Amino acid sequence: MSTLPARAAAAQVAQQSLADRLDAINEFDREPVPPDRLQGPGSFIGLYAGEHLAGTEFVIGPLFVAHGVAARDLVLGLLVGNLLAVLSWAFITAPIATRTRLNLYWHLRKITGPNLLFVYNIVNALMFCFLAGSMISVAATAVGLPLGMAMPRLNDVYPNSVGWVLVVFLVGITVTALAILGFEKIAAAGQVASPWMFMVFVAAAVAVLPRLGVTSLGDFWRVASERIWTGVPAHGVAKFSFWHIMFFAWFCNMAMHIGMADMTVLRYAKRWQYGFLSACGMYLGHFVAWIASGILCAAALGDVAPGPIAYLGAGVTGAATVVIASWTTANPTLYRAGLALQTISPNWKRWKVTLVAGAVTTAAAIFPALMMRLLDFVALYGLILMPMGAVIFADFWLLPRLGLRQRFAEWKSLLFSWPAALTWVITLVACWAINAIWGLEIFFLGLPGWFIATVLYVGLSAIQQPAQLRAARAEA
Amino acid sequence: MRTLLKLISFAGLGLTVVPSFLVFAGRIAWATHAALMLVGTVLWFGSAPFWMLKTKPHE
Repeated sequence: MSTLPARAAAAQVAQQSLADRLDAINEFDREPVPPDRLQGPGSFIGLYAGEHLAGTEFVIGPLFVAHGVAARDLVLGLLVGNLLAVLSWAFITAPIATRTRLNLYWHLRKITGPNLLFVYNIVNALMFCFLAGSMISVAATAVGLPLGMAMPRLNDVYPNSVGWVLVVFLVGITVTALAILGFEKIAAAGQVASPWMFMVFVAAAVAVLPRLGVTSLGDFWRVASERIWTGVPAHGVAKFSFWHIMFFAWFCNMAMHIGMADMTVLRYAKRWQYGFLSACGMYLGHFVAWIASGILCAAALGDVAPGPIAYLGAGVTGAATVVIASWTTANPTLYRAGLALQTISPNWKRWKVTLVAGAVTTAAAIFPALMMRLLDFVALYGLILMPMGAVIFADFWLLPRLGLRQRFAEWKSLLFSWPAALTWVITLVACWAINAIWGLEIFFLGLPGWFIATVLYVGLSAIQQPAQLRAARAEA
Repeated sequence: MRTLLKLISFAGLGLTVVPSFLVFAGRIAWATHAALMLVGTVLWFGSAPFWMLKTKPHE
């Protein structure tokens, strides 16, 4: 027996093993959603309103204030950017989700092959860990409040006190333990907390308005322009314009809409038009809540630590809101990270994987830069996952129109789609080059990046599929 | 029972948000608003889970 076939067989077994591992993780999600499990608009209104009201909203509003955005630019930027986000859900994500009825991972597997999906899962897991880490940092600012802990400042990169490290560690252990013991209950608590959290955001902001000099509705715009969103950035921070706000509002959930992660949710929608219901999350969470937390930041004289500013507006309830809002979103995020990481070590129990994810998350949360540079991180998170969304879009809509075969990897039983992999890598390199050469900030890179990814995938698929093209023509 | 629980929940939400407008109008002190919010929070979490929890789309 020659060694080459043996090696090939061994490689095939290893590859098959990897595919099997991935499939085992997605075991319950392989089939399209059956018609009797489709859901009406009410479920999506609640889901979107809840998902986009998290602890991080307490950070994003103050960061806009710190970046010196003007009041008019903020309001217009949020109105337009959130509208574009809603349109992205409605016209990009929902039509594919309601036609395939598959979740992101299973659909992507058909396009990329299981091995590339494995890489995508690992990247996704790391992003989830960092996102959950930022939420743990946010919660720590509220937990440390009664302990007199020194709060991190806007430009802090490293922990500024032993107290901060200990509190983050404590919060990280608690969040990880809860994720291991029963994340479903925490997720349910998040669902219950959403309407209350929205009220707390509004109430906290309204209650501090008199401190800023607003005593009637007529005063609001003047005070907003002169004392809240003044147009003057904090020391050492870049100034934000209308365009920054618009693109941030549009792309902060880029992984979900243009990146197609919300196929997993919208595949349950009876109609693609339910994508428009994302407006409930955008205009409650990413408009009202961001404005409210910006008002709180101004009332706190520019303090951006979420715990203290929430306490300033709503007392103990405000601090509790920061903790609850952070924990209820950090837990499912950590759980998803564990789920994705389990593809590496399928023999590990779920609790072990979640423990590792929790350790990574907590280690990341110790650095306040993760929270204080949240805007950059969120933009990077969306950008890194966006090319795969463009691949799905191009595969679904463009390839058949060009006579190319959809889901080529599935059709040919390929374990790794090189057009999808090259599209991913080249797009990110191109975005980096645009940033390095022309100085285009990270918040804007998603737009050119999406077009680059789409064109690349179509072109590379055409190179990959000439034989199939001929076969298709012969059949025709 | 479900209706009663809902009434308690909405009363809780009311206590969470309405006092802030009274602070804004100069009718009550900030400390009263903070205390009432806490009461509203307890009412909400003591009643809402019993009628609110249901299957989410992705479950």
